[in-house]
Amino acid sequence: MNNRRMIAIEYEQVSKQFSKNAKPSVDRVSAQIEEGEFITILGSSGCGKTTLLKMTNRLLDPSGGRIILFGQDISTVDPVTVRRRMGYVIQQIGLLPHMTVEENITILPKLMKQDRETVRSRARQLLSMVQLDPDTYAARYPSELSGGQQQRVGLARALMPDPKIMLLDEPFGAIDAITRISLQNELLRIHRETKKTFLLVTHDINEAMKLGMRVMIMDKGRLLQFDTPHNIIRHPADPFVEALIRSAYEQQSFWEGVQDD
Amino acid sequence: MLQDCLNYIQGNGSDIALRIADHMKISLIALFAAILIGVAGGYAASVSRRGEKWIMNLFQILRVIPSLAILVLLIPVMGVGMKPAVTALSILAIPPILTNTCVGFMEVPPFMLESAKGIGMTEWELLLHVRFPLALPLILAGIRSALVEVIASATLAAKIGAGGLGEIIFTGLGLNRTDLLLIGSILVGMLSLGSLGIFSLIRRILMPYKYRRAV
Ligand SMILES: Nc1ncnc2c1ncn2[C@@H]1O[C@H](COP(=O)(O)OP(=O)(O)OP(=O)(O)O)[C@@H](O)[C@H]1O
Ligand SMILES: [Mg+2]
Repeated sequence: MNNRRMIAIEYEQVSKQFSKNAKPSVDRVSAQIEEGEFITILGSSGCGKTTLLKMTNRLLDPSGGRIILFGQDISTVDPVTVRRRMGYVIQQIGLLPHMTVEENITILPKLMKQDRETVRSRARQLLSMVQLDPDTYAARYPSELSGGQQQRVGLARALMPDPKIMLLDEPFGAIDAITRISLQNELLRIHRETKKTFLLVTHDINEAMKLGMRVMIMDKGRLLQFDTPHNIIRHPADPFVEALIRSAYEQQSFWEGVQDD
Repeated sequence: MLQDCLNYIQGNGSDIALRIADHMKISLIALFAAILIGVAGGYAASVSRRGEKWIMNLFQILRVIPSLAILVLLIPVMGVGMKPAVTALSILAIPPILTNTCVGFMEVPPFMLESAKGIGMTEWELLLHVRFPLALPLILAGIRSALVEVIASATLAAKIGAGGLGEIIFTGLGLNRTDLLLIGSILVGMLSLGSLGIFSLIRRILMPYKYRRAV
């Protein structure tokens, strides 16, 4: 690559051990993520995906190694400041039930005393970006939205501070297959439009391969392979990766078998 | 009988009004004190695991002692009048508020805190905009049951010279006059219902999201 881009996130031998005797949940992970990349983290339950993501915005601190964001070691930055520079979306969304959609999206900029009108118009703009009509939805409470609509609001809330990095932990895990596909496509569109760096955790191999420009495959806290979907499928670096790909093929051949009948 | 009641009301209107005012005054002061102590104590209990057991147990025990006993026990310490009455009623009102507050704070779902923290709220903002509002429905439910208990028990305050509707009831008991008993009890009941009505109005204002129907 000639026109070298900035390194947005650098993991340097990052480990996390929750207690002295426990096995490390994240085990010496090293990786570099360039600005504007869409990265997915794939692995089975308990392999350390969430832990790695939470260390990236200092919800957790590593027990070993360093995490560097745009050249800055985040252990030297106040955790709240780190988080305010990043978007964060989780599966359970976590919209506050006592606030309207608009209030949920604008709570943080308002707490930071940003100009109300600017904040408001940006909120409306973001609602449109996630395909929710502001006039219809801004004044609703979260309980008056479907799960898919709530996650759109969750995305808008994360985009509010115009962060350079977006962290998403199984954002569509609780959403039906059809809605999930359209949300995935919208995420790709938002990525194209905003050129932010996306880091998305999933245990769905199809989702990981579809969304990720490169995919991090993890198992038992280790990073097994970090490459483009193409290279991973062509050259699986590990028996676990091979098994993962085989499982996807088996699923696909089931569907093909059904079609042939 | 009904005629007796009406006659009494007509003849003693200002007296009854005074009793109602006293009754509400004692009750509301006691409730207010109990809210301050109960909410602060409940929050403190929810924060520290060991503190939780301690404080909750203490107030469970207090709850078992009949309010009349507390009243009588307070006389040697505080004498008679409003002070001991309000104190006894507060002690009665604290447990439901404290317990509910503690449970309310402890049951805030971890994912709510995680997502709010994840977008960059400070601990203080988390308390103000997440923990407290999410605990509020339970806190208010605790205050509501305290309110009912306090208004009913404030009747006993008359026993130690603090006034209130108990005066009418105890006079009725002393003179064996059913009309007075009836008036006293009905008025206490009406105060109870009235306060509950006002209370649900306050709830509506504090938590509009609980009342709006799905669009
Ligand atoms: N707060 C914690 N205290 C102790 N152990 C923890 C804690 N959080 C996670 N772990 C452990 O760390 C390991 C990795 O957990 P993590 O949540 O990162 O997995 P994951 O890959 O996100 O799994 P899933 O797909 O189920 O969400 C697990 O074994 C888990 O039990
Ligand atoms: Mg996880």
